[in-house]
Parts: sequence; C-alpha cells; structure tokens
Amino acid sequence: MNATQSHVTRTTSTARAAMLFGAIATAILIAAPWWAGRADMRLMSELFLYMALASLWNLMAGYAGLVSVGQQAYVGFGGYMLFALTIFGGLHPMAAIALTPVLGALVSVPVAILIFRLRGAYFAIGTWVIAEVFRLVFAQVLALGGGSGSSLPVGIVRSLADSRSGREALSYWLALGAALLVIAVIYLFLRSRKGLALTAIRDNELAAGSLGIDIWRTKFVVYVVVSALTAMIGALIFLQKLRISPDAAFSVNDWTAFVIFIVVIGGIGTIEGPIIGTLVFFLLRETLADLGTIYLMVLGLVAIIVMLKAPKGLWGLVRERFGLELFPLGYRVEPATGKKED
Amino acid sequence: MEWVNAIVQGTLLGGLYALFAAGLSLIFGVMRLVNIAHGDLIVLAAYLGLTTTIMLGMHPLAALLIVVPLMAAAGYGLQRGVLNQTLGDDILPPLLVTFGLSVIIQNALLEAYSADPQKMDAGVLETASISLGGLTLGVLPLLTFAVAVAIIAGLQWTFYHTALGRAFRAVSDNQDIAQLMGLNRRHVFGLAMALSLAVTAVAGVLLGVRTSFDPSIGGGRLIFGFEAVIIGGLGNIWGTLAGGVILGVAQTVGAKIDPGWQILAGHIAFLVILAVRPNGLFPRMT
Repeated sequence: MNATQSHVTRTTSTARAAMLFGAIATAILIAAPWWAGRADMRLMSELFLYMALASLWNLMAGYAGLVSVGQQAYVGFGGYMLFALTIFGGLHPMAAIALTPVLGALVSVPVAILIFRLRGAYFAIGTWVIAEVFRLVFAQVLALGGGSGSSLPVGIVRSLADSRSGREALSYWLALGAALLVIAVIYLFLRSRKGLALTAIRDNELAAGSLGIDIWRTKFVVYVVVSALTAMIGALIFLQKLRISPDAAFSVNDWTAFVIFIVVIGGIGTIEGPIIGTLVFFLLRETLADLGTIYLMVLGLVAIIVMLKAPKGLWGLVRERFGLELFPLGYRVEPATGKKED
Repeated sequence: MEWVNAIVQGTLLGGLYALFAAGLSLIFGVMRLVNIAHGDLIVLAAYLGLTTTIMLGMHPLAALLIVVPLMAAAGYGLQRGVLNQTLGDDILPPLLVTFGLSVIIQNALLEAYSADPQKMDAGVLETASISLGGLTLGVLPLLTFAVAVAIIAGLQWTFYHTALGRAFRAVSDNQDIAQLMGLNRRHVFGLAMALSLAVTAVAGVLLGVRTSFDPSIGGGRLIFGFEAVIIGGLGNIWGTLAGGVILGVAQTVGAKIDPGWQILAGHIAFLVILAVRPNGLFPRMT
C-alpha cells in the first residue's frame, strides 16, 4: 500500500457519533424550562457554569502549563463588574455581561506581565496573591457594600424578564450557552494553528521553542483569553446568586479548589476531562454533601489518589483502554483499503 | 516617633514571617518542591500546640518539645509516603497533591476543633514588655525575632558545615550523581521535609501565642511566607529574614495609614518588588 492511496482525516466515526449525541443532548437541554423543575434548573445552571470554569482552567493548566490557583480573581471581578455596571452604569444586565469579558481581558494584561516573571509553582502562588489583592481592594469599595457586600436591586433583576419563570429560563439558557460557547472556543482554538503551537508547548517546551514558537506570547494569549471568559462566567454566577460579597466572590475553595479537583479527576489536558469531571463532581456532591467537611476531605483524597495513580484522570483511563476521542483534535492517517471510496 | 514605632514593630513581626518562609525556602532549595499545604501545616502545628498545652498543662514554649518532633516525624512520613512519588520534571503533580493535602488538613482541623478562633495562653509572656528609648517592645515579639534569627543561622550552618547539609546541597545540585555517591535521595528529601516541618512547628506555636487562629487562615500564612521568600531572593536563607522584615514593615506602616490597608500594603510591596527586581533583593550568587 503506498502513500497516495491513504488519506489524512481529522474525524472518526466515534467523534461523529459523539457530535450527533451532543447535538441531541443540547436540544433536550435547551428545552429544559418546559420539562425540568425549578430546583433542577438551578442545579443544572450551576453545573454548566462549573463546566465552563473547569474547561477554562484546564486550557491554562493542562495545555499552556500555567497552573493558577488564583482564577477566583476573575470570577469575583466579573461578578463585581456586573453589579457595578448595572447599578452605577445603568446598563441592562445582558449588556453588562457582554462587557465583562472585555474588562476582564483589560485587567489581565498588566497582571500577566507582572506574574509571568514567576516560574512554575511560584507562578501558582503569585496568582493567589493577585486574587487576594482583588479581594482586599473590592472590600475597600464602600459603594459596592465594602466587606459585607451588596445585593442586585430588584429593578435590575426585573429588567431581565417580567415573570419569575421567564427570568429563571433566561438565566438557565445563559449558563448553558456560556458552557457551550467556552467549550466551542476551546475546541476551535486547539484545532487552529495557535492550538497546535500550544499542544507542542505542552508536550515539550524546549522543542517547541526551537521550532520557532513564541512561547511567552502563546501563553500570554491563553492567559488573557481564559481570564476574559472566566470574568464572563463570574458575571453569570453572580447573576444567579443575586448577591455578592468579597469573601464569596474571591473564594479560593469555591472557584479554584473545586475546579482543580474537577479537572484532575476528569482528566487534565483533554477537552473531555473537565466535562466528565464536572458530572462526577456533581454526582459526588449531591450524594455526599450532607457529610460536610468529611465530603471535602474525601474529595481532596480522591484528587491525590487520582494524581498519583492515574495522572490522566478518568478520561485518560477510558481513552487508553478504548482509544476513544470525542473531540477530534489530532490528525490521523487512514489507509485506503480499495474497497471504500469516498 | 509613631512611625519609628511602626517600623520597629514591623521588623519584629517580620521575624515570624521569616519563620513561615524558612521552611518553604528550605524544601524548595533541596527538591524544587513548593508546598501549597505549608500554611495549613503551620496552623496544624498551632493546634497541636494548643492540644498539648491544654492536655498536659504545659507552657506553650515547653509544648515545642513535643510539637517539634511530632511535626518533624510527620514531615518525614509525608515525604516518604506521598510527596516523593510526585517529584519529577512535571510541576503539576506536587502542586496538585499538596493542594489536595491543604484542603484535607483544613477540613480535618475544622472537624476536630470547629471554626471557633482559638488562642494559646502563655501567661505573663503575652503582655510583658520592655521600654527602650521611648519605644515599648513586647517581650514575645522580641523573642520571636531572636528565635527566627537563631533558626536561620542554624539552617545556614547546617547547610554549609554539616554532613546533612552537604547531602542537601548534593541532591539539590544533581540528584542522579548524588545517588551514585551513595546518598539515598528519598531519605535525604525525607530529612529535608522533616527539618522544614520542625521549623514550621516553631512558627506555628509562636503564631498561636501571638494571635488567635482558626482552620481557615492557612492560605494567608502560606502567602506571607511565599512573599518573604520572593522578596528576599530565591535560594538565599538570610534573604528570607530580610524579606520577612520588609513584608512586616510594609504591613505595619500600611496599617498606620489605614487599618484596612494592613495586608494589602504587604501585597503591594511584594508586587512592586516583583516588578522592579523580579529575582528578589538578594538572589543567591551562583
């Protein structure tokens, strides 16, 4: 068999099946306001927002090697911007949400220039310092309630939709849309030229650099894009909560610890990992949450065991066993057998 | 005079931060490990001190005789049992494993001791003070600072004048060659972590005598220690003392301007130094 007979393809039959399944699932989820109860919709919204946060963190840590424990800086920033833009700027909440990624990107540029001076694990703690600075600064802003925080005024909430069920449906669709948007952006980004450079950096930074990839710039772009989208997710999170305070907005446990556990358990460095990790995380939470602190200890222990025994996570185990890839990122050569002609 | 007072008090506070930083700097120097659970281990030491003082009716400083060996043994066990498996070229495993450890310690303390703030009772030592040229200096902060200087001098001496220190420097320079020379690097790493947590134990007990503490404050202590390490310059043990003092002074001077600005002023001093001198003020000459 010679080379001209085989052809290069990016997709597989599994991926096509997954795509079809994904489309059907999305259609069912879009229709949720007509079949799901109020509590289920709240839970699913939260799940989608965590899925988005985990996917974003995974792009940074799993692909760009930027392990941050300070993404709560942008979650909180986005939440506060939603409140500030609607209360003082007089903007419609939807306009404010559309604006938060722009502001998030603007803030992340000087932050990146400063903390990119720190390497590896020191970078991680550096991001935490930045998040603490954000928390302490917003706690000083008395107009936004200072240390005790503030609530979103009723008038602004009403401007979303007239009826309560209308507001709930809208807020659900926003969460679902945000998760789909984030996953689509990451998928398309990784399939692009820049994504190829990023994957090369993940696999071997030295070799990638010697091939002419600008490592600093690629990481910088990833950091800014991830921070911008994280700010938008933050705005959506606090649109659901309707109340914000510095401790809740910049919580390292809620917006970083859980997200890291999701990604590690699901499988770091894959698109599928954070999605599966989020489902597992919510399954564990709904069954074990009554245990309180014990539940968190179990979660920490599971993450440590996964990291030591199966560092590629649940999806890594599945992929090794069955060779599956639901989001086709690579290229594969298919030998032409002669029988099949496309 | 008030400003001089703020600077002097900040310097003494810096001694405590230097103790937070010394343990962090030590293990980074020996095995390039950044321990995210370091702050929670400091808090754990404070709680061990509390339990010891209450159960045995001991003075907190006497409790060190129990807490220090306990933490050192825990450090050796932790390193040999868990952390050695994470070391390699990839920085992700040690980071995430110590992060998981941090969550476990924090919630275990919450389960065992509740979220109520606790404090150790050190009797007259807490309020004793001496007057010096118009300034009033607490005996406890002075003692903390003296202990910090002594421990850092002791670490410096251990590193450069003992067989153990030679082993530390050897595995730090090249693990494989050190292994060929007959050093068991897993054991050496275990000893480094034991020494680090022994220092952490002292820091934790002194913290618990000085202020009240609860299970959630670990992250903040980690950040203070980390800032002191970076300000002072990576790999320089005396630098951590300088870094701790600069951080302490920035905080007390910040608090003097506006009480809400105490912690923020420390972070800003750190970020400014990171912007102008990314390698810290006193990086190790190589």
